[in-house]
Amino acid sequence: MSETEAIRLPSPPAPLPQRGEGSRDEKRLPSSPDQPSAAAGGEGSVFEPKIIAYVCNWCTYLGADLAGTNRLEYPANVRIVRLPCTGRIDFNLIVKAFEIGADAVLVSGCHPGDCHYTAGNYHARRRWILFRELLDTLGIEMDRIHFSWISAAEGKKFQQVVSEITAKTRQMGPYRAYHEICQS
Amino acid sequence: MTMLDELHQTCRRLLEEGSVKVVIGYAQSAPDEPAFPVFIDDVADVGQLVWNEWCLANLTKYLLRKDIRALGKPAIIVKGCDERALLVLERESQIDRAEMVVIGMACPGMGQPPQAVCGGCDVHQPRFCDITIGEAAAGDAADTRYAELDAFLKKTPAERMAYWRDELSRCVKCYACRQACPLCYCERCIVDKNRPTAIDTSATLKGNFAWQITRAFHLAGRCVGCDQCTRACPAGIDLRLLNLTTAKAAEAHFAYRAGMDRQAEPVIGGYSEQDQESFIR
Repeated sequence: MSETEAIRLPSPPAPLPQRGEGSRDEKRLPSSPDQPSAAAGGEGSVFEPKIIAYVCNWCTYLGADLAGTNRLEYPANVRIVRLPCTGRIDFNLIVKAFEIGADAVLVSGCHPGDCHYTAGNYHARRRWILFRELLDTLGIEMDRIHFSWISAAEGKKFQQVVSEITAKTRQMGPYRAYHEICQS
Repeated sequence: MTMLDELHQTCRRLLEEGSVKVVIGYAQSAPDEPAFPVFIDDVADVGQLVWNEWCLANLTKYLLRKDIRALGKPAIIVKGCDERALLVLERESQIDRAEMVVIGMACPGMGQPPQAVCGGCDVHQPRFCDITIGEAAAGDAADTRYAELDAFLKKTPAERMAYWRDELSRCVKCYACRQACPLCYCERCIVDKNRPTAIDTSATLKGNFAWQITRAFHLAGRCVGCDQCTRACPAGIDLRLLNLTTAKAAEAHFAYRAGMDRQAEPVIGGYSEQDQESFIR
């Protein structure tokens, strides 16, 4: 009796990482993209881009989830950041992604008309239309910022989009121009 | 009677009859020097007010300042371009037009020569003022508002990036661009927030890029192109290009120009299901 109880006792939780350890700004994605061959080892190895995907909780995140449950394989280069809605995706997050070493960014949410909050994606779309032009004037490589609508049923589309972006970014190489800015 | 005489007469009358407590206008310490803002609350000082090609500043920023608001009901002198800022502030519920007297001055173009600063201007004549002084000639026939930007966009992205790297390396993060802007009125700016830090506050290229992207985009669809930020910049960075970009995009995609139409719904904050783009797959 007492034995089973002892077994049922939950094990003590692992210590959580301390918040505020080191500056937020110093946080970088593991292994700097400027030394791509370090992990793969030696010359001639393929450059593995880092891609940050900002996705909405209701459509694209579930689409990615569906891709997973369907065992659809997609490149592990993508780091998914889940946000409540595309309307919540601040343009600063896109800048931030490049600052911490991303080579490409994907922003994705519900199809027009499907927003869980009715109009979040419409607001977001309007912002992106203007924001892209601003980045273009600044000379930021527009081929590295991708937008898509992926619904909760489109696991296949998620796989395709991520695969395409990864292949394209791999071809383009690391985003040195912006990473240099962030290191100077 | 010159426009200046008329301006003095109007301000004297407003102060004497007590309909305003203070006149926000321009004064100069010497001819051929940029005018600075003055706050006239005594009829005897009205003579200090000037009106000439040196009245570059957009004074509407002062309508928002607590210390200026404490002076009482103001009369403010605006040009056609400043008036656009006033319209945006009104639309964004930052000012109450009933609580001020707006004196619009017909403007031939500021600076020496005027074309350098005001080329392409099409709002020489104020349209929504309580009192309008003077009559401006019609604007230039050719639309050269975005000429500077169009020329810049002929460069390749790499050249543009190199240009901004060079320009923004001079930024010292003094935030004069923000302080001077009549539409940057947040009580607490995002760059001052540090839980979490959204924008690197150091004056490095990283922080400077993040800041200027933020500043320009927070003014997207709102900037009226008064160039206060560019004039205020001690490092001489041409911030106009960034502001022109968003203004041009808002006009091209949404047929919207900030501060032109009192009724139009602002671009950011509204939406349409028919918004067109081709970049979302």
